[in-house]
Amino acid sequence: MSEPVKNTLLFVVVGSLILLTGFTQSWNAAILILNMGLISAIMSIGVNLQWGFAGLFNVGVMGFVALGGLAVVLISTPPTPGAWSGGGYGVVLSLLLGAATVVAAVMVAQKMPKGRTRSFAIIGILIVGFFVYRAIFDPNVASIEAIDPAVAGNIGGLNLPVLFAWPAGGLLAAGAAWLIGKTALGLRSDYLAIATLGIAEIIIAVMKNEDWLARGVKNVYGIPRPAPVVGYEVELQQDPSFIARAEWFGLDPVTASTLSVKLGYSLLFLIVLLILLWMAQMALKSPWGRMMRAIRDNEVAAEAMGKDVTRRHLQIFVLGSAICGVAGAMMTTLDGQLTPGTYNPLRFTFLVWVMVIVGGSGNNFGAVLGAFLIWFLWVQVEPIGLWLMNLITAGMPDGSALKSHLIDSAAHMRLFTMGLILLIVLRFSPRGLIPEK
Amino acid sequence: MDFLNALVALSNFVLVPAIAYGSQLALGALGVTLIYGILRFSNFAHGDTMAFGAMIAVLVTWAMQAAGVSFGPLPTALLALPFAILGCIVLVLITDRLVYRFYREQKAKPVILVIVSMGVMFIMNGLVRFIIGPDDQRFSDGARFLIKARDFKAWTGLNEGLAIKTSQAITVVVAVVAVAALFWFLNKTRTGKSMRAYSDNEDLALLSGINPERVVMITWIIVAALATTAGVLYGLDKSFKPFVYFQLLLPIFASAIVGGLGNPLGAIAGGFIIAFSEVTVTYAWKKVLTYLAPESLEPSGLVQFLSTDYKFAVSFAILLIVLLFKPTGLFKGKVI
Repeated sequence: MSEPVKNTLLFVVVGSLILLTGFTQSWNAAILILNMGLISAIMSIGVNLQWGFAGLFNVGVMGFVALGGLAVVLISTPPTPGAWSGGGYGVVLSLLLGAATVVAAVMVAQKMPKGRTRSFAIIGILIVGFFVYRAIFDPNVASIEAIDPAVAGNIGGLNLPVLFAWPAGGLLAAGAAWLIGKTALGLRSDYLAIATLGIAEIIIAVMKNEDWLARGVKNVYGIPRPAPVVGYEVELQQDPSFIARAEWFGLDPVTASTLSVKLGYSLLFLIVLLILLWMAQMALKSPWGRMMRAIRDNEVAAEAMGKDVTRRHLQIFVLGSAICGVAGAMMTTLDGQLTPGTYNPLRFTFLVWVMVIVGGSGNNFGAVLGAFLIWFLWVQVEPIGLWLMNLITAGMPDGSALKSHLIDSAAHMRLFTMGLILLIVLRFSPRGLIPEK
Repeated sequence: MDFLNALVALSNFVLVPAIAYGSQLALGALGVTLIYGILRFSNFAHGDTMAFGAMIAVLVTWAMQAAGVSFGPLPTALLALPFAILGCIVLVLITDRLVYRFYREQKAKPVILVIVSMGVMFIMNGLVRFIIGPDDQRFSDGARFLIKARDFKAWTGLNEGLAIKTSQAITVVVAVVAVAALFWFLNKTRTGKSMRAYSDNEDLALLSGINPERVVMITWIIVAALATTAGVLYGLDKSFKPFVYFQLLLPIFASAIVGGLGNPLGAIAGGFIIAFSEVTVTYAWKKVLTYLAPESLEPSGLVQFLSTDYKFAVSFAILLIVLLFKPTGLFKGKVI
């Protein structure tokens, strides 16, 4: 079987798995899998850019995804009345001062000669800067959070169309990635891993605790939809032409409207995925992509050829993280809410890694395939596990402790299965389903 | 008097908790650093290894409690610890045989091993959740306090009380014993010396007839013992929750890197540095300062630098500073 035929077949298999869900379970569930699969595919492309092209180990995907979600709130929600005049400018000023402190400390560290004076100067700048920052920051935050805390208490957004938030999410993630990359790249590969692991936790901690920013764990609801494409169910159900079309398909208006909204999202996501996939493919084939792979395969040789390895790594690290940020913004748009409490590294970082490795690191189509396949399994392992547990425990007497424990635990089969899949693929087919050419 | 009160308040809220937490981190970081020194990769499954060991201890403790076994004023979990260590050793040896050995023979790149350890992490995490569930479990029993705050006040006549939890005292004692045993083993015994030789220079060690598989096996056994001990002590001190152990990964790695990856002494120092900074930065200093400062200068706010929710940010900031200025760590790790 030739290469393209095999790859097409793989995609057909995954596609029919999703279709099967539609026929046997419900079309709603199938389209949900499709939508999250599309978003996961974009995350995989981002991670594949970093790992597959450049061999960078980023375990902070969750943080960049969450930043994308934050961007959605900051761009698309309406501003809270009185928040900017009440304290918004003060907060921005204090943040600028905080940044200036860090920059000043870094400049001193670079410009002054080494010695005790330099250490004291750095520590002095940091301490003074910190207290000035807190003195301006705290009262302003308090006044923002005091505004109608039950529904707002945050600074709000810019009230722009939500589609603008997607590139903005990418930019925000790129900024965070630049900071991390600047410090941790150029050192051992493990250090980048641990630094990204840390930044992800911190981004989540900030989003959970800084209520003035996006309401923290009180969550932001009712994020506007990309309405012209997607529409709202209630409006569709009252639209006579929509009802007529739904009848033609043999569906009642309520079901048809939910399906139509979800398919609208699918269309948008598909467009973004195709653009990014095309860009990633062009990058892979370009001289730049060849250089990246040369650096990945032999850093010393690439350096000897005059390539600035650290700089290139920084570049691709920022790009990959930006793509994860875009995916995060899309996901929050799909959910219509931002819930910082739900970001879990196992789900948002490590699962994406399983997708990339199972699909085939270094191959964009592999990453996309892996994303759909693994997302499908992630969703379906739970019912399968429950079914399996029911089968195992069928012989046990009703009400026995072991039986109820086993059935309750079926939900935790997911992580175990994902780990198993990852280890099996790494061992027996380390190049993945669609290997790099 | 004010000075003494300030000192007691400081010990009660900062020194004692930080020493206990530092010992737990140091034990965890020792495991990470040993794996790094001998097997040469960062083990992402370490937090979940700790959780697995602690889980067995919880289960054995429950069984003992049900059978009426108790350890007097000490927690029953200490009696369960040897069983838990055994269970954890079995698990890591099976993992090594089934998973890591293959890559060792292939001489795979370290980053591949890190990804493999990520898969192991998933599986261990799943196992723990499968067996004991994702919820909080309490398993400490026996006397809760070694010194009660009220008794301390009555003895000394000070305004401030000093409370030391039994779990904190046990943590320090057990950690000291474990670290002493480890260093004795590494420095005095033949096997320990062969481990250090292997860590220093693999090829030379192989030429001198050291059996690498044996070194690796002993490393895993020690790591399992350390991880289980750290996990049980942490669980006794706070409570057992699988996800918290996963989150401990960051401070543990930060400790190991701050001290210098691959250097056991550094891991201990790193653990205490991280713990002390975390506790000092997130502690509200108002009480201590009120005693020390003259009345006119008394602080109005809580004087808390960061809210406790940002404790991860502290270990992370220290990690970044070390990476920026001294990537080998304070005690010069072996391999950069």
